Amino acid sequence: MKIALFLLTASAFLTGVAWTQTAPAGSADNGKKLFVKDGCYECHGYVGQGTKDGARIGPPPLNLEALIRYVRRPAGAMPAFTEKVLSDADLTDIYAYLRSVPAPKAIKDIPLLDELK
Amino acid sequence: MKRTGTGRRNFLKGAAAGAAALVAEPKLAKGQQQQAQRGTAPLPNAAQAARETSPPPQAAVYTTDRPGSDFMAEVIKSLGFEYVAANPGSSFRGLHESLINFKGSPNQSPELLTCCHEESSVAMAHGYFKIEGKPMMIMAHGTVGLQHASMAIYNAYADRVPVYILLGNIADETWRRSDVEWTHSVQDAASMVRDFTKWDDSPASLQHFAESAVRAYKIAMTPPMEPVVLVADAVMQEEPVPQEDRGRLRVPKLNLSQPPAGDAAAVEEAAKMLVAADHPLIIAGRAARTPAGLQSMIELAELLQAPVQDRRFRMNFPTRHPLYGSGNIADADVILGLDVPDLWYAMHSMTPVNKIGMETRTITKPGTKVIHIFAGDLFAKSNYQDFGRYAEVDLSIAADSETTLPALIEACKKLITADRKRAFDERGKKFAETAERNRQRDLDAAAFGFDASPISTARVSAELWNQLKGEDWSLVSDVTFFSYWPLRLWDFKKHYQYIGGHGAYGVGYQAPASVGAALANRKYGRISVNIQCDGDLNYAPGVLWTAAHHKIPLLTVMHNNRAYHQELMYVQDMASRAERGIDRAKIGTTITDPNIDYATMAKAYGMYSSGPISDPKDLAPALKTAIQVVKRGEPALIDVVTQPR
Repeated sequence: MKIALFLLTASAFLTGVAWTQTAPAGSADNGKKLFVKDGCYECHGYVGQGTKDGARIGPPPLNLEALIRYVRRPAGAMPAFTEKVLSDADLTDIYAYLRSVPAPKAIKDIPLLDELK
Repeated sequence: MKRTGTGRRNFLKGAAAGAAALVAEPKLAKGQQQQAQRGTAPLPNAAQAARETSPPPQAAVYTTDRPGSDFMAEVIKSLGFEYVAANPGSSFRGLHESLINFKGSPNQSPELLTCCHEESSVAMAHGYFKIEGKPMMIMAHGTVGLQHASMAIYNAYADRVPVYILLGNIADETWRRSDVEWTHSVQDAASMVRDFTKWDDSPASLQHFAESAVRAYKIAMTPPMEPVVLVADAVMQEEPVPQEDRGRLRVPKLNLSQPPAGDAAAVEEAAKMLVAADHPLIIAGRAARTPAGLQSMIELAELLQAPVQDRRFRMNFPTRHPLYGSGNIADADVILGLDVPDLWYAMHSMTPVNKIGMETRTITKPGTKVIHIFAGDLFAKSNYQDFGRYAEVDLSIAADSETTLPALIEACKKLITADRKRAFDERGKKFAETAERNRQRDLDAAAFGFDASPISTARVSAELWNQLKGEDWSLVSDVTFFSYWPLRLWDFKKHYQYIGGHGAYGVGYQAPASVGAALANRKYGRISVNIQCDGDLNYAPGVLWTAAHHKIPLLTVMHNNRAYHQELMYVQDMASRAERGIDRAKIGTTITDPNIDYATMAKAYGMYSSGPISDPKDLAPALKTAIQVVKRGEPALIDVVTQPR
């Protein structure tokens, strides 16, 4: 079998934007299910940690409105998910799930990474 | 194949007549035939009884102390192969027997490796070469065996790896004893893979075999290195060496060609461009293949303080060097490509799969000059498109990069003034700062999802590094599908610590290639590590048995993401394009329900194993135990349920 590779770098998911402090709306539990069911985990990882094929989104670097805007018209290699296949309500739940993902520990608190510095 | 030895035929005539006499027996009724096939023992009829009790015909010849395959084996041994990998096949049974019973050194140099699939044989040879720097021989039927082997041969071809392929075939139809031998015979065996091999031949005599065998080795090992095919006629293998050939057969001397070095004037021109550049950048494809090649890469980059963009086909540059990955192609005013098969792609962007249509954009700034030293310009074929898109360059040098680098370094040295040296040192400091930032960025990224289950690929890489850092290790797998984490976290310094990937992305390469590479590492006492994609292992998992049987020390860590994940993402893209069923992309792309238990699979093949491991806390002790097994000289497999990438 032959497979091809994504030849472009992972989508730039507006990294660098300050994490929003907006209170989450929607259901994190349902968002977690949708995150897997609708395939978000494929590029972003099950906890949104990011991979070579998808930017880090857990915890999310955007507010909900910006995330929805990006999902509808992504700037990078991410597929565009229209309202027809992924509603604003579902995205709100997905956003709530991503907000529920704990922030990572500091490198100094992860010995395996700290010794790599 | 045309037979030229009528004398040989005369020599054989008596034997053939005897054999004909032996096989001439009365026709049996259908029922008797079936009874005979079932292995029952009917009473002999009169003809059979007479045959069994009478002395054999005078002309019958049963043995020979000099089969043609002994001479073939002598030729093969002269080429210095350590191993020959094969799934057994009747069309090369003569040579098989000669190799394992060779006088004075039975089953040594080469030692026969028992393989469960011809694709495994070739991929093992592929991985072996990238560590050892010399080819492994494989044997296969010229028909069904080569059909099995063909994808792996294409991988090796695209990866510029010499694999020495010997095919059995019965060219003379009058010697094909059954429908099996008819269906396993072919008019032109090598034709099936001629589009993606460098050279082949079907010798018509033993001396012809000898010369073509040596020629094939020489051609395979001259850059660009590629697989070659030699057909060994089965009759020539099994019948005695013809009388007229005895005493005059000889094994030709092998003298490898010097690899092609770049034209001196062109190299000087390249040096002028590089020394004058304010922002030179080196793009490394298959640039280094030996310790000397790696050292030359470091020397050139440091001399120019030029950053290196690694296309990850080989161990081209130390990953923690301040010049590794710290440059930006968009900033470069002179680019030096070193055997980069995808140079166009390194310098352009294309519309990704998520959008309709196709637009391309040059990444380089206007006026950027491009130099390419490329052995691929010395050899090309048409049908398979591995040569990639045509790259426009300003100075094209058709030569082997590793061979040309010493001259290029000397030419640069002659041109570097004290002023240029100061400028180089200044820019070097900036790259060191960039490299430090990149490293911190990677560590920060690794922390996300570090305690997640399934286990993050960064966590697996960090855990592995923690146990390998004090050892002499060799990563024998591609890590493209592991988000490149080992290359981002580990300290790669030595030429055997990374060997790149498939070549042509033909899945099924990884498991056998890692076994071949680990075999090459064995005599140096290195710990070989394979991060094994689950989809890849399922093509030909029998190679696990080969590793266990031949006691090949190899740590296999499963990247068990339970999917053909690249394809899953692509189908997701297509569903999004079509605005339907985004929750159905898993159909046909995932490997679940039931989940495959790789630890049990490995155990079944006789290998130490543990898992599946989903909790990251369980990983370190499992790895520690498995590494002890590998240190004892055996293979071990840890099944790790991982994040997708």
